Amino acid sequence: MYSPRVIELFQNPRNVGTFAEGEPNVGTGVVGSPACGDVMQLQIKVNDQGIIEDARFKTFGCGSAIASASLATEWLKGKTLEEARKIKNVEIAKELELPPIKIHCSVLAEDAIKNAIEDLIKRRGGSQPEAVAEAPAAETAGPSSGSGR
Amino acid sequence: MKRAIYMDNHATTPVDPRVLEAMLPYFSVEFGNAASRTHQFGWRADEAVKIAREKIARLINAEPEEIIFTSGATESDNLAIKGVAAAFAEKGNHVITCATEHKAVLDSCKRLESQGCAVTYLPVGRDGRVDPAQVAAAIGDKTVLITIMFANNEIGVIHPIAEIGKVAKARGIIFHCDAVQALGKVPVDVQALGIDLLSISAHKIYGPKGVGALYVRRKKPRVRLLPIIDGGGHERGMRSGTLNVPGIVGLGKACEICQSVMPDESRRIAALRDKLQNYLLSHLDEVYVNGSIEHRLPNCLNMSFAYVEGESLMMGIDDVAVSSGSACTSATLEPSYVLRALGVPVEMAHSSIRFGLGRFNTEDEVDYVSEKVVRVVNRLRDMSPLYDMARRGVDLSTVDWGDHGHHDHGSHSS
Repeated sequence: MYSPRVIELFQNPRNVGTFAEGEPNVGTGVVGSPACGDVMQLQIKVNDQGIIEDARFKTFGCGSAIASASLATEWLKGKTLEEARKIKNVEIAKELELPPIKIHCSVLAEDAIKNAIEDLIKRRGGSQPEAVAEAPAAETAGPSSGSGR
Repeated sequence: MKRAIYMDNHATTPVDPRVLEAMLPYFSVEFGNAASRTHQFGWRADEAVKIAREKIARLINAEPEEIIFTSGATESDNLAIKGVAAAFAEKGNHVITCATEHKAVLDSCKRLESQGCAVTYLPVGRDGRVDPAQVAAAIGDKTVLITIMFANNEIGVIHPIAEIGKVAKARGIIFHCDAVQALGKVPVDVQALGIDLLSISAHKIYGPKGVGALYVRRKKPRVRLLPIIDGGGHERGMRSGTLNVPGIVGLGKACEICQSVMPDESRRIAALRDKLQNYLLSHLDEVYVNGSIEHRLPNCLNMSFAYVEGESLMMGIDDVAVSSGSACTSATLEPSYVLRALGVPVEMAHSSIRFGLGRFNTEDEVDYVSEKVVRVVNRLRDMSPLYDMARRGVDLSTVDWGDHGHHDHGSHSS
């Protein structure tokens, strides 16, 4: 039922936790609902160059939801906001070999990333740092870069 | 991989070695067709069936002739409900059942509805029990059948069967009871309880899969049913088809063992269940038992672990076989309709686990499972944003969960 990757990330999730409240360079996305059986909280922390230097998550949900959030935090690190925005649920679903019934877990992760980015931008007064907006896509690193987008 | 601890005995049970031993000859040397009247192969098979019938009848205080063999309790439920509705079509077309019945009953009732019958689905209380007064109130001129289960398969809650039986008798309505989960765990006496039709399954009582029975009362009243399977007129014409002799022998043996061990075994299993329950309640906060604690099968423990999703908990205790009312474990992605009928909040239904203890569970296993569940629940709560919020004093029921509050899981397939 679960791929080895999902089991591994469920047993040893990366980047579980939350950043201290009120940190200026942190954006938080919370998606899902208890009634639906999954709530995903994802946070990104951006440095002065506009690069995501750290990410954290907490998830109430099934193993696939936990693995999706964990994977998202790993992929986010080192990316610009523009690059982060391009992470697609299909890439997460593919990496974790999610069956159709679990695709919504990857959708939640994608939505959580987008919400975290919007939250960060809102907190900064609606503008993105120049470095972020102009970061060339060629510098993209991380597992999602080779997925043929 | 180490073999998992089995605590899902409401789903099925292993075949008791004594049952298997009793069955084995009927696959090989004693292969006769119980309907063959002309030779000793048939006679011996028929004799084995007769003995099994007696053992089953004895366990429920019935006459052997009142036992009709079927392929399992789903068929028994179908035969009872559809068979009575068809036989009494001229008298009426109304059936009374309850919201927390097994799908074999609910879907049989839905079939009747599609054919023009009226069905009343009675609600249950917070404790999971149906109110006999509501059963009485639901009876009308056209009512031909009351079908209420003995004990629920998800929460183990035992309905007030004797009271319902009395209501049925007083109004002359046939009373069918699905006793799949209760048989062999608590006394089931069709005379004392006023039951007219009773569904039985072998594989829930350490017998084989694929065989069951329907008790059909012959006296006061004589229950008539139309068969749903036509053929050679076996089983007093109510269920055609060559008898599953090895399975029937297994069911008989399983009933015989239950009869001899039940009081002691149920006491032992209830003590194990209570130990598990008490450990979890005393080592974890915000853990709730679903359904009546008092009126409950000795082997069942259904609990909700707040802020932890059931499937992830099962994944965390992957060397323990249990089941969950979480949506993620069902094909429909809807959480347990049984827990919802009790008024359990939907998020708590997602957080539910059913432990089903059985004959072969040991105290060591219970201790292992107790500690493991506590460890995994704590780990998952450390990972749960809801637990965070609750600790910070956020009332989760007042949080606006936005668009995702009502999202349709199935539509996200981008």
